[in-house]
Amino acid sequence: MASTAMTRSAGAQNALTTGRLRAWVPWAILGGSIALMIAIVALGSAAADGDFNIALAVFLGVVLYAILIFTVSVLVEGVRQAKDRLVTALVATAFVVALLPLISLTWTVVVNGSQRFDLEFFTWSMRNVTGFGGGAIHAIIGTLEITAIATIISVPIGLMTSIYLVEYGRGPLARTVTFLVDVMTGIPSIVAGLFAYALFSLILGPGTRSGISAAIALSVLMIPVVVRSSEEMLRVVPNELREASYALGVPKWRTIVKVVLPTSIAGITTGVMLSIARVIGETAPLLITAGFTASVNTNPFDERMLSLPVFVYTQYSQQGNPPEAYLDRAWAGALTLILIVMLLNLVARAVARFFAPRTGR
Amino acid sequence: MSVASSARIRAKQRPGDRIFSTTAVVAGGLIVATLGAVALFLIIQSLPALPATRDEASILRTNFWEYVGPLIFGTVWAALLALVMALPLSLGIALFITHYAPRRLAAVLGYIVDLLAAVPSVVFGLWGIGVLAPAVQPLYQWLNANLGWIPLFAGEVSGTGRTILTAAIVLAVMILPIMTAINREIFLQTPTLHEEAALALGATRWEMIRMAVLPFGAPGILSAGVLGLGRALGETMAVAMVLSATGGISFRLLTSENPSTIAANIALSFPEAFATNINVLIATGLILFIVTFAVNAIARWIIGRRKEFSGAN
Repeated sequence: MASTAMTRSAGAQNALTTGRLRAWVPWAILGGSIALMIAIVALGSAAADGDFNIALAVFLGVVLYAILIFTVSVLVEGVRQAKDRLVTALVATAFVVALLPLISLTWTVVVNGSQRFDLEFFTWSMRNVTGFGGGAIHAIIGTLEITAIATIISVPIGLMTSIYLVEYGRGPLARTVTFLVDVMTGIPSIVAGLFAYALFSLILGPGTRSGISAAIALSVLMIPVVVRSSEEMLRVVPNELREASYALGVPKWRTIVKVVLPTSIAGITTGVMLSIARVIGETAPLLITAGFTASVNTNPFDERMLSLPVFVYTQYSQQGNPPEAYLDRAWAGALTLILIVMLLNLVARAVARFFAPRTGR
Repeated sequence: MSVASSARIRAKQRPGDRIFSTTAVVAGGLIVATLGAVALFLIIQSLPALPATRDEASILRTNFWEYVGPLIFGTVWAALLALVMALPLSLGIALFITHYAPRRLAAVLGYIVDLLAAVPSVVFGLWGIGVLAPAVQPLYQWLNANLGWIPLFAGEVSGTGRTILTAAIVLAVMILPIMTAINREIFLQTPTLHEEAALALGATRWEMIRMAVLPFGAPGILSAGVLGLGRALGETMAVAMVLSATGGISFRLLTSENPSTIAANIALSFPEAFATNINVLIATGLILFIVTFAVNAIARWIIGRRKEFSGAN
C-alpha cells in the first residue's frame, strides 16, 4: 500500500514519511471530534431543556475519534497501521477511565468532608449527641489503639516468619508457609472478623465484643502483608555481606540481627507502614468484633470500641434527624481516614527512598 | 543460599543460634496454625447452623441450604460482572503504563493507579451511593429503553440506581489496582529481545504486543484475573452499602430486585443477630472462606508454575 502511494507521488516527498499520517493529525481529529460532540450535546440538551452532560459529550467524542482515526488511517496508511492506532486510542482511554473514579472520589470526599472537618470533630465524641455537632474522638482513639495492638502482634510474627523463609526455610514446611502466606493475603476481611469473633466467644462466652478481638482480626489480615514485604527486602540483601560476617566468625543469629536486618530496615519499615495503611481502613471485621458505641472507651480489653471506618459506616447507616448532620460527619470521617492512609503511604515511600541501602560499590 | 554447606566442618551451635532459629520456625508454624485455627473455629461455630430450621434460627425460611443458595449466586454473579469489566480495563492500563506512556511518567502513573487500592472500602461505599448511583441512573434508563430486549437489561429500572450492576462497577474499580499491578509486572518481564525482534520484522506496536507480549504474559493475565475474582468475592462494605438487596436469584442488572452477597449479608445482619442466627451467618462465612481459599490457591498455583512471576500481593 505504501509502495503504490510512493510511486504515485514520488519526487519532492521524503520516501520515509509518505503514506504516514503527520504527528499532529490524530490530535487534531481528537480535538475536533470532542468539540463537535460537545456542540451537539449542548444543542441537544438546550432543545430538550435538559442539563448539559459534559461526560456524555467527551465519551461520544472519544468514540467518534476512534471511528475517524481508524477510517482515516485505513485510507492513508493501510489496515495494519489503522489497527495499531485504534488500539492506541483504546489503551489510552482505558487509563483515563481508571482515573475518573479516583478523581471523582477525591473531589467528593474533600468537598463533602471539609464541611465538618473542624476542631469539634476531633475533640468531641458522639455521647448524648443527636443532630448537629459531635465528633469522632472516640473513633480515632479506637482506631489508634486497635491498629497499634494489631501492629505489635503482626510485626514480630511477620518479621520472624520472613527471616525463617529467607534464612532458615528449607523443605516442605517452608513451601507450605510460602503458599499459605500467599493464600492468606486473599482472605476476605469479613472472614478474619468472623474468626476473631468465634475465637473470643468460645473463650469468653458468646456475644463478646472488644478492641483486642478486633486487633486479632486485623493481625490475620496484616501478618501476610508484613511477611511478603519483609521477605522481599531480606532477599535483596547481598549474600557477600552475610558471607563476610560468617568469615569473621560471627554466629548466624548475630549476622541476621547485626548485618541483615540493619541493611534492610528501611524496606521493612516501608512494608510495615504500607500494611498499617492497608488494615487501618478495614470496616467489616471491626464492625463484627468491636461493635459500635457512642462513648470514649480507652480499654481495649473490655467493652465495645468504635473505630473510624465503623464510625463512617454507622453515621451513614443509622441516620437520625437531620440527616445532613450525620452525612457530614460520615464524610468528615472518610476525609480523615483518607488523609491518614495517604500520609502513611507518602511517609512509607519517603522512608524507602531516603533510607534505602546503598547497593553496589 | 546463606548456608555454607560443608560435609565435615560444622559451625558451632550456640544457645543464641538455637533460640533464634527456633523462634523463626515457630513464627512460620504460627502462620500455618493461624489458617488452621481460622478453619477450625469457623467449622465449630458453623456446625449448629447446618441442621437448623426456622424454629431455631429466625432468619432462615426453611433450612440453611435454601438460605445460602441465593447468597452464593449473588456473590459469584457480582464478582463475575466486576471481573468482566475490570479485566479488559486492567489489561489496557497495564499496557498503557508499560508500552505506551513515556518512560519517565510510567512509575508515577503506576503509583496513581496504586492509590486506588489505598482508598478504604467504606469510602468507596459512600462514593458509590452519593456519586456513582445517581450518575449511572440515566445510563440505566437508556440501556433499558434501547436494549431492553436483552434479558439482562429487562424489567423495571430501579429508581435509586443502587443495583447489582452499580455494585459490580464499584467492585471493578476496587479490584483494578491489584490486577493492573500483576499485569504490569508480567508485561515488564517480556524478553526485550522478543519485542525488538518483532519490531525489527516490521510489526506495528500492536502487532508486537499481540505476538510477543500477550502470549508471554498469558498465564500471568489468567492468574491476575483469578486473584481479582477472589478479591471481588470477599469484598464486603462497598457492596453492603451500595447494593439495595432484596434477596432471591435474578440475572437482571437494572431492577430494584437484587440478590445479596455472602459478605454483605453478614455485615448487614451480624450486628443485630442473636443465638443460632449468628451460627448461620458464620456458616455462610465458612462457605465464603472455602470458595476464596480455593480461588486464591488456583491463582497461586498458576503463578507458581512460572516461577519468575513473584506476583504482587
